[in-house]
Amino acid sequence: MSDRFLNVDPTRCVGHGLCAEILPEAIALDDWGFPIIASTPLPRWLRRQGARARSVCPALALSLDGQPSRKGPPPAPSTRVGAGGETAGASSRPH
Amino acid sequence: MMALDRERAAGAPAEEGGVGALRLLAGPRGGAAEPFAQHRQRLGGPISQVLRGTAPGHLLEAITGSGLRGRGGAGFPAATKLAAALKRGVSGVVVVGNGTETEPAAGKDDLLLRLRPHLVLDGLETVSVATRAERSFLVVPSQAAWRSVTAALDDRPRHGPKVEPVLGPRNFVGGEETALVSWLEGGPARPRYQRQRLLERGWRGRPTLVQNVETLAHLGLVARFGPEWFRTLGTAEEPGTMMVSLSGAVGRPGVYEVPIGIRISSLLEEAGADPAAAALLVGGYFGSWLLPAQVAGAELSRRALAPLGASPGAGVLHLLAAGACGLKEAHLVVDWMARQSAQQCGPCRLGLPALAGAMGDLAQPWARGRDVSDRIWRWSDQVLGRGACRHPDGVVNLIRSTLLAFADELERHRRGHCNGGAPSTLPLPGLG
Repeated sequence: MSDRFLNVDPTRCVGHGLCAEILPEAIALDDWGFPIIASTPLPRWLRRQGARARSVCPALALSLDGQPSRKGPPPAPSTRVGAGGETAGASSRPH
Repeated sequence: MMALDRERAAGAPAEEGGVGALRLLAGPRGGAAEPFAQHRQRLGGPISQVLRGTAPGHLLEAITGSGLRGRGGAGFPAATKLAAALKRGVSGVVVVGNGTETEPAAGKDDLLLRLRPHLVLDGLETVSVATRAERSFLVVPSQAAWRSVTAALDDRPRHGPKVEPVLGPRNFVGGEETALVSWLEGGPARPRYQRQRLLERGWRGRPTLVQNVETLAHLGLVARFGPEWFRTLGTAEEPGTMMVSLSGAVGRPGVYEVPIGIRISSLLEEAGADPAAAALLVGGYFGSWLLPAQVAGAELSRRALAPLGASPGAGVLHLLAAGACGLKEAHLVVDWMARQSAQQCGPCRLGLPALAGAMGDLAQPWARGRDVSDRIWRWSDQVLGRGACRHPDGVVNLIRSTLLAFADELERHRRGHCNGGAPSTLPLPGLG
């Protein structure tokens, strides 16, 4: 069976946060309560929970798709290069 | 070297000289649009004549061979988009010439549309005829550009679909492709969350090809003169010339056309730059700062700037005056950019104002630097890549570049000092 990805439509999401309660293994909340979703495929053992998260979202913002949302990872932030390496390294990607 | 002020579009030597090179801006001097008769005579006939003898496959080959990349900021290969639009089975294509140019410090698309509308129309017609487009829009940034394009359309024989000039939105994110498509549908100029490309599903559901107007002008010239000619200027990876909007601490601000890969320092010198300037903002308000030592040897190309964490973007350069504080300037820009959010996506709507506030803290003397910078890094990580468009990503890029470039200034702020007394010169429309 092919990979499934959990995607959020950021223009619909208003930050209810139910998804992160149902699926803490794959969804974290940022400092404003909006979901940060792993861009890796949803592990098979979490698919049922993923479907549940999708169906409880009051904003209908979550989807399970065959691919991650069209937008790939953002271009490498300029500042990780050169002198910025150490400083940038101090920050951690939340996902 | 040709410098064209936005108001006082000065004349240009027709020959190449200094660091300048003239392709798009070759031709008559002065601030008026080149008439069709002159355009046609100068370039050896109307574009329709060229297109009648060129199969779409050959055109695609020429564009591929030219190595032309988009001049709207992302630098996407023009041939890739055209190839997708030419794919068998794609019908009812809509072509959009994007001259929205909402970046406040930019002026090159406007200038091109005002002075050389026929070059842009040549490119738009080339793409529209090759893709057998159903509709062909030309989005312009100003009334003056609209008048220029409308007059140019009356002045030239029609070939291909009728070109529809449209006055573009003025909000910063309005030039983003999906926002522009929404605008052209009569909706608000807000970016859309959509997983399909516009070439799969764009204007009213039709395959839509959006191309920057400068890119189109180059493309029309490639159709006429071929890829080898195009590659005689620029670098092997990034051939051709590019338009640069230069502002700030320079004696002759304005729009310049230069071969890609020229030394930035020679461009600055020609423009009468203040040799004591504090820093150069490259790539506009999504861009990065270069310090004087970095500017010294840097070339203006994506490849040369990448190791410095910068990119030419859409060719927007702003020189920060000696005695200006980069932290203060960046705060003003980030604050302005936060207000430019379309207010659709939570991380952008809430994250950018939070980041702007923290940048404001750093801009003050006695800034409690370490805590605040940690918070900024944390929030910028959280915001990155989480909008429907790249607006938050661009702002994060500027913020991170600011923290790194002005680390010394930040240290001074921590001790209660600030170097910056010079007034801000970065254009922020609608604020003071």
